[in-house]
Amino acid sequence: MYAFDYVKPASVADAVKALSAEDAQPISGGQTLIPTLKQRLGQPSALVDLTKIADLVGIEAGSDSVLVKGATTHAAVAAHEGVMQAIPGLAKLAAHIGDPQVRNRGTIGGSVANNDPAACYPAAVLGLGATVLTDRREIAADDYFQGMFTTALEEGEIVTGVRFPIPEKSAYAKFVQPASRFALTGVYAAKLKGGVRVAVTGASESGVFRWAEAEAALASNWSPEAVETLAAPAADGMIGDIHGAPDYRAHLVKVMTKRAVAAA
Amino acid sequence: MSIRFGDPDRPNSYIGRTVPRPNAPRLAQGRGRYVDDLAPPRMVHVAFVRSPHAHARLGAVETAAARAVKGVLRVFTGAEIAAVCSPWVAVLAHLKGLKSPPQHALAVDRACWVGEPVAAVVAASRAAAEEGAALVDVAYEPLPAVTDMMSALDPETPVIHPDLGDNLAFRRLHHEGDVEAAFAGAHKVVAARFRTARHTGVTPEPRSILVDWNPAEGQLTAWHATQAPHMMQTVFAQHLAVPEARVRVICEDVGGSYGVKVHVYPDEMATAAIAKIMGRPVKFVADRLESFGSDIHARDHEISARLAVDADGRILAMDVDDWTAIGPYSVYPRTSAIEGNQVVNLCGGPYAFADYRAQTTVVFQNKTPTCQYRAVGHPIAVAITEGLVDMAAAELGMDPVEIRRRNFYADDAYPVTSPAKMRFEGLSHHASMDKLLTLMDLDALRADQAEARSRGVHRGLGFASFIELTNPSPFMYGIGGARISAQDGCTVRMDPDGSIVALSGVTEQGQGTEAMLSQVVAEGVGVRPEAVRVVTGDTQVTPYGGGTWASRGAGIGGEAALLSARALRGAILEVAAAMLQADAATLDIRDGVVVDAEGGAARLPLEELGRIVYFRGDTLPKGLPRELVQTRHFITSDYPFAFTNGVQASWLEVDVETGVVTLLKHWCVEDCGRVINPQLVDEQIRGGIVQGLGGALYEEIHYDADGQLLNGSMADYLVPMAAEMPDMVIGHVETPTRESMLGAKGAGEAGTAGAPAAVMNAINDALRPLGAQVTEMPFTPERILRALGALDD
Repeated sequence: MYAFDYVKPASVADAVKALSAEDAQPISGGQTLIPTLKQRLGQPSALVDLTKIADLVGIEAGSDSVLVKGATTHAAVAAHEGVMQAIPGLAKLAAHIGDPQVRNRGTIGGSVANNDPAACYPAAVLGLGATVLTDRREIAADDYFQGMFTTALEEGEIVTGVRFPIPEKSAYAKFVQPASRFALTGVYAAKLKGGVRVAVTGASESGVFRWAEAEAALASNWSPEAVETLAAPAADGMIGDIHGAPDYRAHLVKVMTKRAVAAA
Repeated sequence: MSIRFGDPDRPNSYIGRTVPRPNAPRLAQGRGRYVDDLAPPRMVHVAFVRSPHAHARLGAVETAAARAVKGVLRVFTGAEIAAVCSPWVAVLAHLKGLKSPPQHALAVDRACWVGEPVAAVVAASRAAAEEGAALVDVAYEPLPAVTDMMSALDPETPVIHPDLGDNLAFRRLHHEGDVEAAFAGAHKVVAARFRTARHTGVTPEPRSILVDWNPAEGQLTAWHATQAPHMMQTVFAQHLAVPEARVRVICEDVGGSYGVKVHVYPDEMATAAIAKIMGRPVKFVADRLESFGSDIHARDHEISARLAVDADGRILAMDVDDWTAIGPYSVYPRTSAIEGNQVVNLCGGPYAFADYRAQTTVVFQNKTPTCQYRAVGHPIAVAITEGLVDMAAAELGMDPVEIRRRNFYADDAYPVTSPAKMRFEGLSHHASMDKLLTLMDLDALRADQAEARSRGVHRGLGFASFIELTNPSPFMYGIGGARISAQDGCTVRMDPDGSIVALSGVTEQGQGTEAMLSQVVAEGVGVRPEAVRVVTGDTQVTPYGGGTWASRGAGIGGEAALLSARALRGAILEVAAAMLQADAATLDIRDGVVVDAEGGAARLPLEELGRIVYFRGDTLPKGLPRELVQTRHFITSDYPFAFTNGVQASWLEVDVETGVVTLLKHWCVEDCGRVINPQLVDEQIRGGIVQGLGGALYEEIHYDADGQLLNGSMADYLVPMAAEMPDMVIGHVETPTRESMLGAKGAGEAGTAGAPAAVMNAINDALRPLGAQVTEMPFTPERILRALGALDD
């Protein structure tokens, strides 16, 4: 790790200001950033800690949506009564991210801002059609995720929260990478007022994506059997690594979609 | 007087009982002392520049930028280290034809694998040393890398070491009987290709060494996380040109070894060389990435094998063609040909048959060197044998237990010599299988399997019988010219307070050797285990010995401890007899008190005897021997190895949608002769099974075609974790070896030997109705789905 300055702003405005310094970088839970720095793969001038900003921590469960503020840990989401009642699939997803250490440090804002192609939260954000809130605007999930580690965020823009609509039913099914518990393939399937959404993480070289064929099939028949009749998505463009070839991941997309629908 | 092991009510009956581990509180309270805990004055740290290329010629090494880093003291190149550390060649005379080129501590002309150390940076801190290492600029000229095993000997494949002529390190063909005729006349022949994956030990404590050179004494002292301190003493002496008597190797707490820490590593030799050059303590502790790229790997084998049976399921013949790739060098001093050699020695081991042919072909390649890792060769040989036996049973429509029973050597047939020319003193395959079946409810499991199958849930049950080589004699290494002791010694002394100190040549790696020694000595002398203080791992202090490897600690180190303890008992009783004016034969020592053997009346506490001997020796008869220090050594001589045996069973479920294997339960019955400490033996078996399950389901070192290591971290190299492990039921049959009073054989590797085969057979039992079979480890979900034809290709 190279030396850097540590900045601890008390407000979002102060954080945005601190991030305007050259090579300054925000840190939330640090579950990706700290290992990266330890490997000397990054050299920020300063780390701006968002987790001590009171406005960025907390959960507000309303009648038709749930707001999870940016620096809220996965463990807090997993244990929140309101989330468990309104969107149990989201609470369960949070409860199975990484391991207890990760869940008690990692935050939703950090996960969504990083947009790791194998992270769990992007599947829920896209699968539920959530809205990403930042210090300067609101971004619909469909516009927010723009490929592996790429988002609509501008330089220095901070994720202040994610607002999830409450679905009729939804669930997340994950095939874990055995060591890290990242998603080798994870599927969030949701039946919402506006229709069915199926979002897939871990599988595609383009990051989290919606599986249109499954959404269409499930819109008319919300059941695992409706998925069974589908062909698995094309292996072309799926991630291939030592843990799974592209065709294996494509196969898992279908299996995990079935299981998500069955669990919802 | 012999020990009545069969009588649990005998006095001082600690052998055969679970006793507390003397070192457990220390380790549990964080009071252990590992190499990295040591920080002598003037200590410096070394970090290594490692080759990013699988094969490259080394050009100029630019060190100025590294030397400019604050805290960096010196930078060493290969040539500078070679001036004080001579290269080594890892061959053994009894492995005929084995060849390997000279290997240097730091690469001199060429780097031959990704991770080979090519330069060393010494600094006041590890961080500064690493920063310096990142700035060393080596001019590499990449050379073609040999990475594929099966084409390593093809004429168009580049030869890694031109001086050797080809990429063949070793080849051995063993042929007994007439294999071709047996196959020609067989009722059924089954054949398969097996693969075991290259994997590594992943010790919790990485390789660690701290070396000091004291020019005033001309003494080199190495604090070393090693399994074999005396072997390393010799190696340091020979290659650093220091008299052996002026090298001291100290091995305090070690955080797991599994065979990884019994070899000579170039970075560790370079650390010692740097200490000698700089005249100050130098520490090297491998980080996890370095460990993956530089700890020995193992088990990189591809095998074609076939088995011939008659209509009754009797094995007629076995034919095995084993290939393994060992990296660019045979590893010093045990060599990298032993694993393949063991495959030849061990295939078909439990079974009585006549015609056997096996060949191992050991080739060089540009990957991390491989060498002996827990259960050397056994998991491979057992997988080949037991896989084929199950395939034959399926062909014949025979129960897997029944086909084994028809082919085991009878329990009263021993001694026998196997077709591989292994000599078995006494094994218990039938009794072990009987015991296994009493531990598992086979009928209920089969009923559950059928019921689950009707619901589309696929469960499988797999068996694996095995033999395991333990207690090696000099036939393993010494006969080939290696200065590796098969003998081990123990010194036991009584101090004035009546307490006992035992100094042993075997070592503690966290597995409980100290507990084993304490209870053996306690029973041998006649004191409580807590009265015995055990000292291991210091070449200047303990008797000369081999250390810990090949499951020898209890069988050889334990016997030396028992013999020395009994000798001390005799010496104590001789003094006691004089003091009590009694016949020594009528006295005994129980619980630290000299008593009447008959009746047990207390006569003299040991501390009183100690007071007289050490402080009032004038009151004893002149000339009375009062040697309260006794040393004995033990070496096996009737058999080259004490073979053990056992049988394992695995019960698991295969998710045919995802390919995931869920382990439901595992059983192991093994026969390690006399069980000294049931809990320690059971935990050794369990730990060994877990390591075997890792090889079966998870562990694989991946390289790309250019020889780049692809998974050098715990996030990408999968190890078995607690959540995936099944309950394990352990049972024992005891067939003590008659070579020793103690009768103990080794127990440390049996779990690893049999577990992968049991899992493979269980998966195939689950998949058989679906027409699928897997033989390539690890059995990843993707491989299982491919076998099922569930994926596109």
